Amino acid sequence: MRKFFNNKSRALESDIDGYLDRVTTAGLIFNEGVKAYVTGKRDKFENKYKDITALESETDNVRREIKHDLYSYMLIPESRGDVLGILETLDDIVDVCEKVLEKFSIETPRIHEFMQDDFLELADLSCKAVEEVVNGARAFFREIAMVSNYVNKVQFFEHEADNIEEQLKRKIFSSSEIKDFSHKIQLGYCAEKIADVSDVSERVCERLSVYAIKRRI
Amino acid sequence: MIIIIFFLSSGVFLGWSLGANDAANIFGTAVATKMIRFRTAAILSGVFVIIGAVISGAGASSTLGELGAVNKLAGAFIVALSAAVTVLWMTKAGLPVSTSQAIVGAIIGWNFFSHTPTDLTLLSKITGSWVFSPILSAIIAFILFHFVKRVIENSRIHLMRLDAYTRIGLIVVGIFGAYSLGANNIGNVMGVFINSSPFKDITVSGLFRFSSIQQLFLVGGIAVAFGVFTYSKRVMMTVGSGIFKLSPVTAFVVVLASSVTLFVFASQGLRNILTSLNLPAFPLVPISSSQAVVGAVMGISLAKGLKGMNFRKLGHIAIGWIATPVASAVLSYIALFFMQNVFMQDVFS
Repeated sequence: MRKFFNNKSRALESDIDGYLDRVTTAGLIFNEGVKAYVTGKRDKFENKYKDITALESETDNVRREIKHDLYSYMLIPESRGDVLGILETLDDIVDVCEKVLEKFSIETPRIHEFMQDDFLELADLSCKAVEEVVNGARAFFREIAMVSNYVNKVQFFEHEADNIEEQLKRKIFSSSEIKDFSHKIQLGYCAEKIADVSDVSERVCERLSVYAIKRRI
Repeated sequence: MIIIIFFLSSGVFLGWSLGANDAANIFGTAVATKMIRFRTAAILSGVFVIIGAVISGAGASSTLGELGAVNKLAGAFIVALSAAVTVLWMTKAGLPVSTSQAIVGAIIGWNFFSHTPTDLTLLSKITGSWVFSPILSAIIAFILFHFVKRVIENSRIHLMRLDAYTRIGLIVVGIFGAYSLGANNIGNVMGVFINSSPFKDITVSGLFRFSSIQQLFLVGGIAVAFGVFTYSKRVMMTVGSGIFKLSPVTAFVVVLASSVTLFVFASQGLRNILTSLNLPAFPLVPISSSQAVVGAVMGISLAKGLKGMNFRKLGHIAIGWIATPVASAVLSYIALFFMQNVFMQDVFS
């Protein structure tokens, strides 16, 4: 019996670790993709877009497998709802990352030089938020006391991302270089979508904090 | 034979109600949180209650025998019936109740009726154990809680593996709990029948001896197991999700602490070891498993800085020490009077 539990729980442990690795990778691909687009490397950008599309469907499959195993082998009945809640909201991060790159790929907005640094910084902050939320999720599984530490970091990066987003939007809408108002709207929306990655990360963190309190013995 | 079965029925009924109520203390949280299936819990607790009763049931039972040697089967029937009715009535009234306290009260009722003097030193030892047992359980739970918490925090065990270990732990302590419950509480169910046991010792080819007392305990153990199978599921769901809402890890601590408490008040072996080491030994006394559980929960509340401490529960325990034995003694006395004077049965010799 012990062997059965151990085998199943070990398999799930590695599935969950693999899932979390994929979320981190999604954040990194997203960052590289935005960087490539903003700096005009279109081929590299399209490759990153393909990568993240493949990764998105892969994470969906892994998540479904984890869900199936959690329920069919009666594993962690007490907290499996929480575990699935975390995995599903983490999946939203991957979805948003993919949607941002898809938006750039379809709409191909023109990024003016004066806003490049802000776009790069915004993507970088969102990527950092993703990394830290994944660290927080790992802590939830292994070292519950550390969760709040990562939650704080995510909140910090989300706040910074909000500031950059606002600054970028002000620059866009006050710019005389961009003639069309529709273009301004489009760029503002792009900035919002990039910042969304950190917003979703923060939402995951809110869940993590609550579940961590519940799990404390 | 039919008369024997009839007279034993009150003990069997008491055993059934013990199984229905007290098995929930052992596996309640594990079943309610779906860590263990009810079937697994019922089989394990049924089997190990019987093993505990047959192997280690003698210690606590003999204490009851010393308190009042009920020497007629009809008397034993009334004593066990009075205890069972008290348990049933108090449970229906929503009052906390323990079979241990009910049977002691009923025996004292018999002592009064038969003009047998009650050994007050022994009685104070028994009541002292009732007061001490939840305290001991709380102390053990307090220490265990800190130990388990430290182990979990420092070992960085993955949630999945922690869950697997908790599940195995709940099964192991559940088995130990069932064994201890059988050992400590079988005396409540069958103890009063010892002096009027209708069974004869059986010896198989001169090697294996199955005493009449063990046969009695087997019958009682089966009654307890039957109570577990037929009725304990809904009690488990109440225990697991209502009165004491515990996480599986804290349930492990609670079950282990209360089982150790039941065990130390039942184990002749432990008593012998402590005595040989010139250490103070625990008296072998039937205690309340529910109160041991409440004690353990209080111990955990204390470890968490009095979080969730239910002082009303503490008050309930104290009420149980007095109200249950008094009610049971009065009922026993009245019922013995009727049995003797209306049904013309000898209730003592």
